[in-house]
Amino acid sequence: MVGTRTTVLVDGNEAAAAVAYRLSEVVAIYPITPASPMGELADEWAAHRKPNLWGTVPQVFEMQSEGGAAGAVHGALQAGTLATTFTASQGLLLMIPNLYKIAGELTPFVLHVAARTLATHALSIFGDHSDVMACRQTGFAMLAAASVQEAQDMAAVAHAATLRSRVPFLHFFDGFRTSHEINGVIPLADETLHALIDEAAIDGHRARALSPDHPVLRGTAQNPDVFFQAREACEPYYRECPAVVEDVMARLEHQTGRSYRLFEYAGHPAAERVVVAMGSGAETARQTAVWLAAQGERVGALTVRLYRPFSLAGFVGALPETTRAIAVLDRTKEPGALGEPLYLDVVAALAEAESAGVNWLARSRPRVIGGRYGLSSKEFTPTMVGAVFAELAQPRPKQHFTVGITDDVSHSSLKRGAHLDINDPRTQRAVFFGLGADGTVGANKNSLKIIAEETGDHVQGYFVYDSKKAGSATISHLRFGVSPIHAPYLIRSAGFVACHHFPLLERMRVLERAAPGAIVLLNAPGDPDQVWARLPREVQQVAIERKVRLYTVDASRVAREAGLGRRINTIMQTCFFALSEVMPIEAAVARIKAAITKTYGRRSEEAVRRNHAAVDQALTHLYPVPLPAEVTADHSRPPPVPPEAPDFVRRVTGAILEGLGDHLPVSAFPVDGTWPLGTARYEKRCIASEIPAFHGELCIQCNKCAMVCPHAAIRVKACRTDDLADAPAGFTTLPYKGEEFRGYRFLLAVSPDDCTGCTLCVAVCPAKDKANPRRKALEMRPIAELRTQGAAQFGYFLSRPEVPRDQVPLNPKQVQLFEPLFEYSGACAGCGETPYVKLLTQLFGDRAVIANATGCSSIYGGNLPTTPYAANRDGRGPAWSNSLFEDNAEFGFGMRVALDQLQREAQTLLAELAPELDSALVTRLLDTGRGEAAILSRRQEVEALRRALERLENPAARRLAGLADHLVEKSVWIVGGDGWAYDIGYGGLDHVLASDRNVNILVLDTEVYSNTGGQQSKATPMAASAKFAIAGRSTAKKDLGMIAMAYGHVYVARVAFGARDAQTVQAFLDAESYDGPSLIIAYSHCVAHGFDLSHGLDQQKLAVESGHWPLYRYDPRTLAAGGKPLELDSGPPKRSLAEFMANEARFRVVQRDDPERFKTLLEQAEAGGRLREERLRFLAGFSST
Amino acid sequence: MDLSTRYLGLVLPHPLMPGASPLAENLDTVRRLEDAGAAAIVLPSLFEEQLLQDRMSVLRHTEDPAEGFAEALSYFPHTDDFALGPESYLEQIRRIKLAVNVPVIASLNGITRAGWIDYARLIEQAGADALELNVYFVAAGAKDTAASVEDRLIEIAAAVKQSVELPVAVKLSPFFSALRHLVRRLEALEIDGLVLFNRFYQPDIDIEALETVPRLSLSTSSELLLRLRWLAILSGRVRPSLAASGGIHDTADAIKALMAGADAVQLVSALLQRGPSHLSRLRNELVEWLERHQYASLAEMQGSMNLLRCPDPAAFERANYMAALQGWGPENRPAADF
Repeated sequence: MVGTRTTVLVDGNEAAAAVAYRLSEVVAIYPITPASPMGELADEWAAHRKPNLWGTVPQVFEMQSEGGAAGAVHGALQAGTLATTFTASQGLLLMIPNLYKIAGELTPFVLHVAARTLATHALSIFGDHSDVMACRQTGFAMLAAASVQEAQDMAAVAHAATLRSRVPFLHFFDGFRTSHEINGVIPLADETLHALIDEAAIDGHRARALSPDHPVLRGTAQNPDVFFQAREACEPYYRECPAVVEDVMARLEHQTGRSYRLFEYAGHPAAERVVVAMGSGAETARQTAVWLAAQGERVGALTVRLYRPFSLAGFVGALPETTRAIAVLDRTKEPGALGEPLYLDVVAALAEAESAGVNWLARSRPRVIGGRYGLSSKEFTPTMVGAVFAELAQPRPKQHFTVGITDDVSHSSLKRGAHLDINDPRTQRAVFFGLGADGTVGANKNSLKIIAEETGDHVQGYFVYDSKKAGSATISHLRFGVSPIHAPYLIRSAGFVACHHFPLLERMRVLERAAPGAIVLLNAPGDPDQVWARLPREVQQVAIERKVRLYTVDASRVAREAGLGRRINTIMQTCFFALSEVMPIEAAVARIKAAITKTYGRRSEEAVRRNHAAVDQALTHLYPVPLPAEVTADHSRPPPVPPEAPDFVRRVTGAILEGLGDHLPVSAFPVDGTWPLGTARYEKRCIASEIPAFHGELCIQCNKCAMVCPHAAIRVKACRTDDLADAPAGFTTLPYKGEEFRGYRFLLAVSPDDCTGCTLCVAVCPAKDKANPRRKALEMRPIAELRTQGAAQFGYFLSRPEVPRDQVPLNPKQVQLFEPLFEYSGACAGCGETPYVKLLTQLFGDRAVIANATGCSSIYGGNLPTTPYAANRDGRGPAWSNSLFEDNAEFGFGMRVALDQLQREAQTLLAELAPELDSALVTRLLDTGRGEAAILSRRQEVEALRRALERLENPAARRLAGLADHLVEKSVWIVGGDGWAYDIGYGGLDHVLASDRNVNILVLDTEVYSNTGGQQSKATPMAASAKFAIAGRSTAKKDLGMIAMAYGHVYVARVAFGARDAQTVQAFLDAESYDGPSLIIAYSHCVAHGFDLSHGLDQQKLAVESGHWPLYRYDPRTLAAGGKPLELDSGPPKRSLAEFMANEARFRVVQRDDPERFKTLLEQAEAGGRLREERLRFLAGFSST
Repeated sequence: MDLSTRYLGLVLPHPLMPGASPLAENLDTVRRLEDAGAAAIVLPSLFEEQLLQDRMSVLRHTEDPAEGFAEALSYFPHTDDFALGPESYLEQIRRIKLAVNVPVIASLNGITRAGWIDYARLIEQAGADALELNVYFVAAGAKDTAASVEDRLIEIAAAVKQSVELPVAVKLSPFFSALRHLVRRLEALEIDGLVLFNRFYQPDIDIEALETVPRLSLSTSSELLLRLRWLAILSGRVRPSLAASGGIHDTADAIKALMAGADAVQLVSALLQRGPSHLSRLRNELVEWLERHQYASLAEMQGSMNLLRCPDPAAFERANYMAALQGWGPENRPAADF
């Protein structure tokens, strides 16, 4: 156990960043999952004035895109600094042009990549090599790390080798699997880094830098006469590079004892079957090969570390001469290629080596097969490696196979072999199911630390997160034991399983992870004697079959009583230590308490006190639950989707929801990434503990609750009395207030299973009981009181007919009668963005095409398993797509152009066919009238046209029948966040604004990169703290509205639904009706602002009233008509900016941390606000007459 | 004219000073107050509850959304680095101490015993010259007895007094049933001063929105009368020095407070309304008044109208009530059968 004492627990990102930071002078950043933490760590270290290896603090800055970061790095390198950056996936793609340049100029540089899937048929944030493989021909050296330790060590090798070889390096490791795995790493001391780095090479780099003191010129344009030769001139450097890397690795070994090779073989010394792989998969292959070899199998694994430049000698030399069959595993897919890249390299290498006279190759001619594995972090386990070895033993092994999936379409997949458990039996495994908000992951990270430090054990932690943001579940996989843990795959069978949130037992397969005799700990509310009876049959069955030792603790109660809210983590942690007996419980409790003190000590003694109290109380509430001999429950786990769901939803979505997505075969999936709408409605998550109860007698039918609900879980409707004859008992309906539906009944319903309990509806409800104003028409009540009846009522509500759209007045109150076609998304409880998206679908959803920039809105909008966008009863609804982060304006623009073109074609054909058609019908169809009534009648006319066309036997009629739908106007919406609109996509956005096309652009402005975790954007206001602006942003928020208004022909609105919903609705209507580009900038409160989102609406009001967010609408039509184009919808500030800022942690932390700086920034922000106010007032006074 | 006075063991050139208020939050204002001749600077209260709430809410709002979604394992920079404790308050003490030459009196409002003690120590270490304990407690609970409210106050005062060396004043609320007895108990703890009295934020009602609205209106001179009575009752009979706080707006108000027995006179509302320079005006007018009325020194006037010395001591006790009622206009006269 010597040695482990000197390890530190870090994840792959931190391991790599710790080296990169120390060996750099300039760090340019752009956030992207899963590489963001590397940049964030560098930023924090710089903020703490942590020096690099040479005693200076590197400059760390955020750019507007990865393209920008690459450009900045290129410049920094040219000017002679040591620069680095971190990225992944699409970000890496954006850097490629600069990678060619940097390599072409033979510039020492290391780019660290947490390798991630490239978006193809779908985006995926998870890990594979498709991104790095796209950089093969840039001229970068490519060095792969297979573990957390290697992420550190290879980072150092790359930095040292690039300086000496002048070849820039792309150092990569697997996104999430390595970047986010916590493991023990022996840190590289500064002295070790000094020993690796060649100072003379740094001098060389500096000497080559651009300097007016010894000027040179780079970046020329060359012609056919010389380009070719000049391009070949770099070749000697690439020839030398592998030897340089080998030498650096040897120096590292000399310094640390850790030995690395360019290609590293492990397994049977006389192996016949060899697997070749890179990255964490290579680690699994290696461990499995060694284990199988120990059982006598002649197998081995070859880990590729330096992939480019590919060393032929290094590769062939590493293979045992006994090799008869080789399987090359690629973690990427290259459709249409003869094979994936590593496979092709290996085939070419063997062929070259053979023709170069490597005798044993000529003798034995090993057979080579290639296969794909692990795309998008698909599990890659020893069992799968076993299947590959088994395949290699076949007389005719499958070529271009897949492993880890069932491919029943192309039949590429290997048969699943016998389960291989190669782990040291002394290694303990524990799996924890928790909620994001309960702190489970944080406590588990802390437990790993305690175990490592207290017992000297090796530990490993990996955490699996949900695709939802509200009520998200987490699964923690912890291993610990006396031997080092090289197991980059999830735990299948654990000796300890904990479920920190009781309802998860119904949703997920929790006990299925328990090994026979495992300890199972539940956080169950209420009487311990009742816990068994409340378990579903399936859970009881597994518990009995596996003879688990079941325990329960009412941690939620302990947490509540200790004043910790939902944070049950330290309580569950204490119970884990008590039950698992990893160490004496007294020692564990002392360590847990010490960790609490360390975590919170500086920030809050109260948090320390409360957590300590909870820890003290934990064990007194822990009870064993005796297992009866038989299943006693009379209730089963509910099906993941209701039986009435469509076939696809039941077969595919249902399986994914149940956690069985890995078992779905290829044939289950669409070939092109196309998915049906409206599947979120089948996922009844029931995550709220309290939901609104409706007191109809108080309701004034203002519909504000429906407007603000982020999840469309509270809705209103007007209904004929006749349609309500079979209303379920207790369903309150009221006489409809309003002329448009006189005699109708007003309905309001809440979906208990879809509500997230955010309380915004109750907050906005203005209808108070006069005798008891605390009671309003909506009141939060425990869900248990309301769930059954409420669900029935909501189902009935949905089944009632919608009112005719053309009869609904277009004002803020009545538009809530429109059916939302965006419902039950996975957005955070209380999300400030989704009410806008929902409103868009209510107003225009049946004719909308949406281009959605990558970010929160694309994730809650399109992250599997379910989709919140929905179709109405006619089958119409928003057609939605996400292209990229950076190109969304252009993407939507292209859609607009296409729709215009198709409409024009349809109109031309219609004119052509007019003599053969009813002339009145043709006239009506060519009419350009807008609005609900026009659209409804146009649709009927299109149906009439189709019928008429059926009678015509000519090609033009057939073509028109196919295009007829385009005679009805479509509404194009370009939706995204501020990261897209203000930063990465701004160039395209600007171009589209400058056009005259009828596009509607909705910017959901949270003033920060929300989806990637709170990095500053140019929308971040002055004085707000965010990642990359820790001390508070020192420049003003970019005024996107003013920039757009400068064009003159762009409709621009700034809205905040929580402040003035009427103005929001009006802006949407204005924007859509304007025949040109429209821009709506929508204030969206966000968890990244750091306040209780139940106050989101108040805070929006304050944002407006303090002048932080002035409301306005600029309408070029008014200007053309001689009026004043700018309408200011909010008055002069009547509250102070300081008051607005005081409520949000993003400002509070700056104020508390550095009051003087905050004061200065506040004063500047106030002055800037006054200037903006003046400018707006000036514009508002302008008219063209 | 010798205006010197002793308050909390500090020898001050005169008794006029700004009371605990946001005035001292701004370093420029503090300098202007010193320029205007403030005898001491009293800082706004460090509110433990505020700190606690700030920290717990920052923790909650930064921690709760964290570690739940793969792309955003946190939404904030690591907040270990953010000082969410009393640092900024303590820093302000240090800054003011560096900026001015007059004594700096800190003010503390705690809610836990540990909070009172720890923050008092930190305030002492930060260099404050004295500490004012701003103790108030709305005894809304059915189980809160008058005795328990008093005991609580005494416990806090004792704990703080034992924990720090610097002079300690207790700022009292006027709502004690037996203030004289309570003061005796405080005296036993060797409390150095008493500030009479606290003024509270009072909830108002918005009759349109049916909501409560917190309000703190500025004081008026009429509020001084309550202070005068208790200053007069305590003056000359108790060891702790006395400060008048609440309702002092003009020179006459200050003179009355001094005559009733105040060793120090704190102003807030008047300075908020008229600016720091009002302090120097009052001081000049005080000198003029003393000279005009041929007082030898301020000391001669201090306590001259307290219960021990005033010609009609009963007026400060029960009779005052009757006299005031009789002095009211007819429209306010209670009904005959009241």
